[in-house]
Amino acid sequence: MAVISRPRQALAVASALGLVLTAAACGGGGDDDSSAGTGDCSVYDAYKHDGTEVSIYASIRDTEADLLEESWAEFSECTGITIKYEGSGEFEAQLQVRVDGGNAPDIAFIPQPGLIKRFADSGKLKAVAAETKTQAEANYSADWLKYATVNGQLYGAPFGSNVKSFVWYSPKTFTEKGYKVPTTWDEMIALSDQIAGAGGKPWCAGIESGDATGWPATDWIEDVMLRTQTPEVYDQWVNHEIPFNDPKVAEAVDRAGTILKNDKYVNGGFGDSKSISTTAFQEGGLPILEDKCTLHRQASFYANQWPEGTKVAEDGDVYAFYFPAIDASGGKPILGAGEFTVAFADRPEVQAVQTYLASGEHANTRAKLGNWVSANKKLDINNVQNPIDKLSVGILQDPTTVFRFDGSDLMPASVGAGTFWKGMVDWINGKDTAGTLSYIEGSWPK
Amino acid sequence: MNFDLADQADKFVMLLGGLVAFVALVGGLLLVLDVIPTRLAERREARLAAAADAGTPISVASVRGREGWLAFGFLVPALLLLAIGLIFPAIRTTILSFMNGDGSAFVGFDNYTWMFGQPDIQSVLLNTLIWVLVVPTLATTIGLIYAILVDKARGEAFAKALIFLPMSISFVGASIIWKFVYAYRSGEQEQIGLLNQIVVWFGGEPQQWLLEQGSKLNTLLLIVIMIWIQAGFAMVILSAAIKAIPGEIVEAARIDGTNAWQMFWQITLPAIRAAVIVVVVTITIATLKVFDIVRTMTNGNYDTSVIANEMYNQSFRYGETGHGSALAVFLFVLVIPIVIFQIRNIRKQRSEA
Repeated sequence: MAVISRPRQALAVASALGLVLTAAACGGGGDDDSSAGTGDCSVYDAYKHDGTEVSIYASIRDTEADLLEESWAEFSECTGITIKYEGSGEFEAQLQVRVDGGNAPDIAFIPQPGLIKRFADSGKLKAVAAETKTQAEANYSADWLKYATVNGQLYGAPFGSNVKSFVWYSPKTFTEKGYKVPTTWDEMIALSDQIAGAGGKPWCAGIESGDATGWPATDWIEDVMLRTQTPEVYDQWVNHEIPFNDPKVAEAVDRAGTILKNDKYVNGGFGDSKSISTTAFQEGGLPILEDKCTLHRQASFYANQWPEGTKVAEDGDVYAFYFPAIDASGGKPILGAGEFTVAFADRPEVQAVQTYLASGEHANTRAKLGNWVSANKKLDINNVQNPIDKLSVGILQDPTTVFRFDGSDLMPASVGAGTFWKGMVDWINGKDTAGTLSYIEGSWPK
Repeated sequence: MNFDLADQADKFVMLLGGLVAFVALVGGLLLVLDVIPTRLAERREARLAAAADAGTPISVASVRGREGWLAFGFLVPALLLLAIGLIFPAIRTTILSFMNGDGSAFVGFDNYTWMFGQPDIQSVLLNTLIWVLVVPTLATTIGLIYAILVDKARGEAFAKALIFLPMSISFVGASIIWKFVYAYRSGEQEQIGLLNQIVVWFGGEPQQWLLEQGSKLNTLLLIVIMIWIQAGFAMVILSAAIKAIPGEIVEAARIDGTNAWQMFWQITLPAIRAAVIVVVVTITIATLKVFDIVRTMTNGNYDTSVIANEMYNQSFRYGETGHGSALAVFLFVLVIPIVIFQIRNIRKQRSEA
């Protein structure tokens, strides 16, 4: 079993596509202007720092890391800044060790605002330079900047993103069986009942993810929480202004439980509802292809998990629809996440790289290579490669979207990456909602 | 991912360089450690001989003193490394265990009250206790029984190799093997886990073994892995000890008419007592520190966590250094009596010998 501990590093069909495109671009010779860069060094004049080196450390590995390195290759060549990139599967734990050991990278891509706050509070992070700030403020909404702001200081710009409020399904099966894409929660439940009534298991899920086991379940809770409560209550919950075992949270958990803990609904192709906790999240939705289940709630990056040759499109083998709201009057709440570029050094070349990574040029260069979603306002949707990424970028750029960041990433790590995950695993295994929530509440750092 | 050997050439060169450097360093060190004392001894003897020839006596104290300095000189690097790698971190960890999560303020015994107050940490401590009680006992017993059964039997070497093999696998490797043994597929599917396949053959329903928290079954199933690895170690040491029992004693006992049972309890066991203690102590310390198996199999989920795993999580994943340090100190305190017992034991044997 291949455990990929972080979703973003997953190997990808789409990234393979990106490689092919790049290869084509490289082979096309100098006059091919559809390639990633413009070939014109003058656009990078502002960033020039010849003969310097900047180290970047992140959790992005393998193919996606190759794409990243390619996305700044021209920048690096033109400015004379060598970028040393390193991706690690144990990023969160190792970053702490490296920072404590006086061996911090110049720049890190941190996907958890909670962690940014911790490093900022302990004085390890450098506040961004004026140019980076201007660039970040021009390209990202205030919502996004808020997550990298600690005590009024901006510590980094948002970078890559993903949208989590998706339900994956098979358009083929839907057409064959005459199912309609549900647009409300009730329609979704009615569809589930219809499938279960015919002897099938409508849902499949998997939350095993190595040492991050449990996170897909926290996404479920957060997504439902955004639907049963207002975004303001969600914020209060994340900031611990209401206790974790507040009745409002319990209501959301119980509602998620009507699907996840319902043996009639789950777990298509794997077993009873308990099998959710031992099913790798990467494999969680795959039974859709074998028609063993029909629905799978998972983020946009799940597009990379489908076996090679699976067509991800509105008329293809798999696609995703928006995880419907319960009450349409509350608008379209969206749960998402992303990483932020923070710096542990304030040398001018480090600031130059940080500024460039916040720019629209980089977002577009990276998007052209494939498999990239960002909330960057300058990102031209025509540069985004696959349909699900286009859908995600469209949602992120839609000003009416009510966006909220992944709550567990905002909470202190001992809850957000600890007891919340663990509590969800126990909950899936049969522990009751009240007991689970008071266990998590009890572990909140004082 | 395709793997091109040529692309990796620089890594191999680096590897080769590392190996050469290692051999050169260790070889050089051994050479120096061998040559210098020999030289010094030669010079001393020459001087003593010269002094004897000249008839001027050399004070023994001055020779001793010089040798003392020399011994100290050789000890310094080791002491220095111990101080940097062991003593200083131990002191720092102890200090951190009285501080808050990011080490910025003293909180007294808060971390310790947390440790004994949280139900899930209590369960971690209980799990560690189960590990420490079960693993050394069973691993040693199984190793001992096996050693006696195969002793002087036909195919002894082969039988020993069989049980010793797991020793050579890393904990993580062993855990991955056992993950497959316990693997679960729902009833209507083909089983890929050995244990569930056996259950199915006997007409049972496949179980999700690692989720069985009731009666700590899942912890016991993880313990099986440790026993599987350590029994071979116990067997090898005990078998060597059994072979070292003087033949005359065994023969005399035979002539006196002992049966197998009496032979074991009154001759074999007392004769190998020291070896049994060494085995139990070694396995106990290894068990207290168990981390890899739990992390690979369940990552401490489903109520199977142990101290070392929780310590890592608290310190490095949750950023609660205080909690992690308190757990580390507690683990250290648990190991101390065992180490003291072992040292006293060795002393006693020496004075008996």
